[in-house]
Amino acid sequence: MAPAIPGLQLTPLPGAAPAWRAEVDAQGWRGATEAAAAAGARLGALWASDERQLGGGSRVRALLVCYEGLVCLELLLPEGATTFPDLSDLFSCAARMQRAIYDLVGVRAVAAGGQPADERGWLRHAAWPADVFPLRRDIAMATVWPAGEDRYAFVPVEGDGVHEIPVGPVHAGTIEPGHFRFSVVGERVLRLEERLGYKHKGIEKRFEEMGLEEAIRLAGRVSGDSTVAYAWAYAMALESMAGAVPSERALLLRALLLERERIANHLGDLGYLGNDGGLAFGLAQFSRLKEDLLRTNARVFGHRYLMDRVVPGGVAIDVDTAATAVLLEEADRLERDIRRLRAIYDDHAGLQDRFVACGKLTAETAALLGVVGLAARASGLALDARVYPAHAPYDALEPRMCTRRHGDVAARVNVRFEEALESLRLERRILRRLPLGDCRAPLPTVAAGSLGFGWIEGWRGEVFVALEAGAGGTVRRCHPHDPSWQNWPALEHAILGNIVPDFPLINKSFNLSYAGQDL
Amino acid sequence: MHKLLRQIARVGISTEAAPLPDEALRQITGRLNDEVLRLLGRALAIRHVDAGSCNGCELEIHGISNPYYNIEGLGIRFVASPRHADMLLVTGPVSRNMQEALRRTYNAVPEPKLVVAVGDCGCTGGIFGEGYASCGRIAKVIPVDVAVPGCPPPPAAIVQGILTAVQRKS
Repeated sequence: MAPAIPGLQLTPLPGAAPAWRAEVDAQGWRGATEAAAAAGARLGALWASDERQLGGGSRVRALLVCYEGLVCLELLLPEGATTFPDLSDLFSCAARMQRAIYDLVGVRAVAAGGQPADERGWLRHAAWPADVFPLRRDIAMATVWPAGEDRYAFVPVEGDGVHEIPVGPVHAGTIEPGHFRFSVVGERVLRLEERLGYKHKGIEKRFEEMGLEEAIRLAGRVSGDSTVAYAWAYAMALESMAGAVPSERALLLRALLLERERIANHLGDLGYLGNDGGLAFGLAQFSRLKEDLLRTNARVFGHRYLMDRVVPGGVAIDVDTAATAVLLEEADRLERDIRRLRAIYDDHAGLQDRFVACGKLTAETAALLGVVGLAARASGLALDARVYPAHAPYDALEPRMCTRRHGDVAARVNVRFEEALESLRLERRILRRLPLGDCRAPLPTVAAGSLGFGWIEGWRGEVFVALEAGAGGTVRRCHPHDPSWQNWPALEHAILGNIVPDFPLINKSFNLSYAGQDL
Repeated sequence: MHKLLRQIARVGISTEAAPLPDEALRQITGRLNDEVLRLLGRALAIRHVDAGSCNGCELEIHGISNPYYNIEGLGIRFVASPRHADMLLVTGPVSRNMQEALRRTYNAVPEPKLVVAVGDCGCTGGIFGEGYASCGRIAKVIPVDVAVPGCPPPPAAIVQGILTAVQRKS
């Protein structure tokens, strides 16, 4: 059933994710988003493309996550138009996405009063001039500009005894680059401002040089720790345009890979969370378990992180009876170890003292910020695309959603423990019900101009891929969307009132992707 | 506490033998003399810099500290500042937004110093290539002694690259 948004002509899109598209004008853009927001919809993603070749200006698209599914609003601006209506008053997570749209395509979000929301660059630092918009189609990928001067106006915090701690982009550990500006009094954090975009390497532009089928490899490298989620979301978008449905076996194998990606990341995080809480034993133990899992991946599936195993039309792997036995045996061993370690974490007073009430994100704040994924579930929001709307094969696997209400580090640790165990249960279910079938089927040709969406609950949260086909089986436009867009601003809130030394722990408890949002 | 100790005893020691150096990975020869390499090879301090990777290489760099590869057991450790480091372990491609930060980090490492590039993107620019936002391979921005290919290279290959960089010629 289509969502009821007044004034919208919804066209259903085929595919595994329930999705509709609707052309709107500037007035309809606001009207529809206001109605959707009032009905409880979230903003999934927001991006733009240059449509001057098609006889327009820029086209801005908003992906709304409604109760019934995804609604893609499409606003085609006339040529020469440089603004579109701001959505950040309805969905605060829109602010950074709108800044990225300006940096790449050159159309600015403007509020009803006429004043632009935030004119600071987000993805543009100093690599290209302010009047160049690299995602426009008349800018060649290979164009290079001399580096300009990089000045960024952080919001100053003033008052008695306030000082600033600038951190990054190169951090003290093995972490991705980004800048954090803390304003502190003593040890307590008054404000944290993030500045990201350091890893921007032009992925969306690169997509446009690729063919529809080969580009899945690039999708799988938007955020390496979520390669299965991205590759599946990309495949889902492509298959929806091609009108192809992978076999039940292929879909179950995809779910097997996705759950193994979830387990691997949760194991790694649980180790580092123990370590950041002062229990190095936890890191040694969990990193051993993770390594065991990765080695099994290499042996059974041919790649430790399962890159390039999800392919258009299915999967590039299969499991035989011997592999099934290996995976089932591993699941039993892993479950026993995780339960043992969980008991040790739970009983460890020093560790719990660091975890409990640290980095709290209330359900209200999480909902207001549009937080998704495991961080949302740890703050009591019931969001998990595997559970609802439950695309195949999850509709038959019936995953249980794991939630906590307190929104602190302890809650995010517990959600990880429970999700890892739940993923093991799903893995067993998948292995015991694998029907016979082809693992991969060739895709029919995709018509130029088709639009498709992928929506996959990765270990961090929901990953979207919006894909538009060009002539001759090429990518005309691809926008991969990482859940970190929604969750980074939540970290700025979760740290408030905490002390600086707790930041690494709180940051790790979210473990957000820089690469995924910098693109 | 007894549960914790029992788990340690149950697991035992899982550290494996370190891989041997592979001269084929070396990009530049003769930059540091053998006496310096002898010293560095016994107590090496590494600073990691992610110059624009997809974060896959970072997962494997984390891996070299796990009990199987146990890089600290070889006298090699990660340090929090380039000023404390002998070696930069860099993943890429180098995004143009990270170019300056990478250069400054390299300059902050005291001489004598070594650079190991990790991953296909660090070695060649990889799937991201070069463009308006990406400089491509790491050697375009700073000198690279050893390059370790792979997407991502497994921990043993990264350890091998590090050991190759500090291997003496004689």
